[in-house]
Amino acid sequence: MKRFLLAYLKSPPAVIGLVLLLVIVAMALSADWFFPRDPLSLAGRPLQWPGANPRFPLGTDNSGRDIAAQIFHGARVSLLIGVVATSIAVGLGIVVGALAGYHGGWVDDALMRVTEAFQTLPNFLLLLVLVAVFGSDITTVTVAVGAVSWPAPARLTRAEFLSLRNREFVQACRTLGMGDARIIFREVLPNALPPVIVYASVVMAVAILLESALAFLRLSDPNVASWGNLIGLGRDVLRVQWYVSAIPGVAILVTVLAVSLVGQGLNDALNPRLRGR
Amino acid sequence: MSGPVLSIRGLGVRLPRNADRSHALRDVSLDIQPNEILCVVGESGSGKSMTASAVMRLLPANVAIDAGQVLFGGEDLVQASEARMRALRGAGIAMVFQEPMTALNPLRTVGDQIAEMFRIHTRMDAAAISARTLGLLEEVRIPDPRLALRAYPHELSGGQRQRAMIAMALALDPKLLIADEPTTALDVTTQAQILALIKDLQRRKGTAVLFITHDFGVVAEIADRVAVMQHGLVVEQGPASEVLHAPQHDYTRALIAAVPAIGAPAPRPVSDTNILQMRGVEKTYRTGGFLGRHARVTHAVRGVTLDLPKGATLGIVGESGSGKSTLARCIVRLVEPERGVITLDGTDLLKLRRREMRQAARRVQMVFQDPFASLNPRRRAGELVAQGPMVHGVPRAEAMRRAKELFALVGLDPAATDRFPHEFSGGQRQRIGLARALALEPEVLVADEPVSALDVSVQAQVLRLLQDLRVRLGLSLVFITHDLRVAAQVCDLVAVMKDGEVVEHGPVAEVFRAPRHAYTRALLDSVPGRHFAGAAPA
Repeated sequence: MKRFLLAYLKSPPAVIGLVLLLVIVAMALSADWFFPRDPLSLAGRPLQWPGANPRFPLGTDNSGRDIAAQIFHGARVSLLIGVVATSIAVGLGIVVGALAGYHGGWVDDALMRVTEAFQTLPNFLLLLVLVAVFGSDITTVTVAVGAVSWPAPARLTRAEFLSLRNREFVQACRTLGMGDARIIFREVLPNALPPVIVYASVVMAVAILLESALAFLRLSDPNVASWGNLIGLGRDVLRVQWYVSAIPGVAILVTVLAVSLVGQGLNDALNPRLRGR
Repeated sequence: MSGPVLSIRGLGVRLPRNADRSHALRDVSLDIQPNEILCVVGESGSGKSMTASAVMRLLPANVAIDAGQVLFGGEDLVQASEARMRALRGAGIAMVFQEPMTALNPLRTVGDQIAEMFRIHTRMDAAAISARTLGLLEEVRIPDPRLALRAYPHELSGGQRQRAMIAMALALDPKLLIADEPTTALDVTTQAQILALIKDLQRRKGTAVLFITHDFGVVAEIADRVAVMQHGLVVEQGPASEVLHAPQHDYTRALIAAVPAIGAPAPRPVSDTNILQMRGVEKTYRTGGFLGRHARVTHAVRGVTLDLPKGATLGIVGESGSGKSTLARCIVRLVEPERGVITLDGTDLLKLRRREMRQAARRVQMVFQDPFASLNPRRRAGELVAQGPMVHGVPRAEAMRRAKELFALVGLDPAATDRFPHEFSGGQRQRIGLARALALEPEVLVADEPVSALDVSVQAQVLRLLQDLRVRLGLSLVFITHDLRVAAQVCDLVAVMKDGEVVEHGPVAEVFRAPRHAYTRALLDSVPGRHFAGAAPA
């Protein structure tokens, strides 16, 4: 663990990513303290430029709501969607991939055909369908984002299991009389996990982007202060008051960048072959 | 020509700072005369391969030569420019590697790869090159050289690939050939042929050969002079006959003593009751082919009938692909045989359901070949050993206490139970594997090449431990090996397998002293240095 931390902290981009991510987490945690009022309530004259009014350091949007308050509260929504949707996608992916990879044969065939069925549809299209059918409150959106993101982690887990299942230590477990479930989840999975953990950062970045894209099309939950909603609002005044869309856009950019850098850093630190280079 | 072809003077090679020792090589001095085979022998980590890499200046990135000279024809290779080294490699000094599959490019034909040597180093035209390439393949006696010319590496057998590698190495008549464990990955019969080929070519062409090996049998077969290395130092060197028969250094003596004799020890009385019986066991593999068309059927095990008497050791010997490992896996039901009966003390193992088999698992346990792959890298050693009993319902505390006892039993420090597998050496890991198998108190232990990945001196220790445990715990052993020396040492009965069939079986002394089947005879004749054995009692 200590070696892993040292390896991680050696890479400057990984440290920058971690710092950025921590800043965003801090924003999310301190939102209620800095902006105790409802971020969606009217605060002042609409469309004030950033810096024009000391009460609104980042200005106000076209309904007169405080952009800074929406950015801080929006960090909560984005991170929540990112974390929950990623957990759903990776959890589902691991179970499907592990079962397919370990058992092989018809189990593998069946599960992989289902995975492919999901993969052949562009995930954003599938997401639109799910949201259109099940509605667009925040819970549904999060679950839907998770449900369209699991095939890639499933394939990755399967590939790891395929190479691990014929190792002698797995055979040794079988000769000891261990059951399949125990071998899959207690013996093989810990060895298959590092690349999946790294890939989870990609899933998280994509999940945040997917929600923003939905919000931009005004298909996300309008009752929460998400960054995507703010961009969607700013669309109407994009040519003159471009800052309304640009500020949440930068926030999304920074978050996705931070998550990706952390993922890269994890990859380098977890990959023993790169150690000592 | 007078004077050595290659003269290494006080060579030192520094390792990176976090390595287990400061220098891979220290003060290594060796001379190779023309027309001579110098064998460099040592165990893993002795620096023998590093010596070859240093001569070729093909060292890993963070390892550097920091002392000494490598004189090749009067020129110091340590100081030579990179361009000069490129011109010398292949033309002046050629190299043959251990693994012929990975040393050849899988996407290009063998003929093309040999011809490349001429294209790089000479100005011959295409017709002359292809004539020379064919000539070389004839010279290394590849069967059907014209076909081999156009073959891709995967279409040739391991022995043929190694012949192609040798052809490539000898293409430009180098003054020095470096062979790094060239026969280690090959079967014994193939190994014997390749050794004979290298010796023959060397005599005819007068090439000097630096031959790196861990196997004293090979040394006895091929060497003119021998250098023994340990921890990066040359501890002893001299003519082969002197080093082999009158070793001066303690380490050399220990290494030679660890080479078991091929003659079997006096037979032990064997019990009349059989604990394990195999009757007509068959296993076939089908690969490729859609809906059964063009399918390739491999008969891995064909109608094997063998008995294991209580308390005895049954050796199963054979070359790769003979089906011996598949048979071992059939016994522990890692592989389901199609036909046949395997009974353990009266119970038919093959008739058991999965759940019942899991219960029966504790009676037959297995020790695996690869001490690195057979232990889960993410579990502590103690847990690995305690796992088996815990699966069968023993409480954790009790199982861990028992694991400590087992550690002591197999000669490990009981305090080491909370370390991870990578913190142990190969021999120690194999002991952990053994402890894991013994934790369930099995009646039969199936050992699949348990010592073939280990250095000779460690090999001897593990074999002694196995024998000792068999006597103390009343175990019956099925011992799979390709090494006839090892089989002669530990087995009471031996079965020789070829292409899935048992061609001969019986008490080991009889089979090895008076083999009846031609294949057994061929195997025994192929053992390198078969008349050589560590004379000193261990």
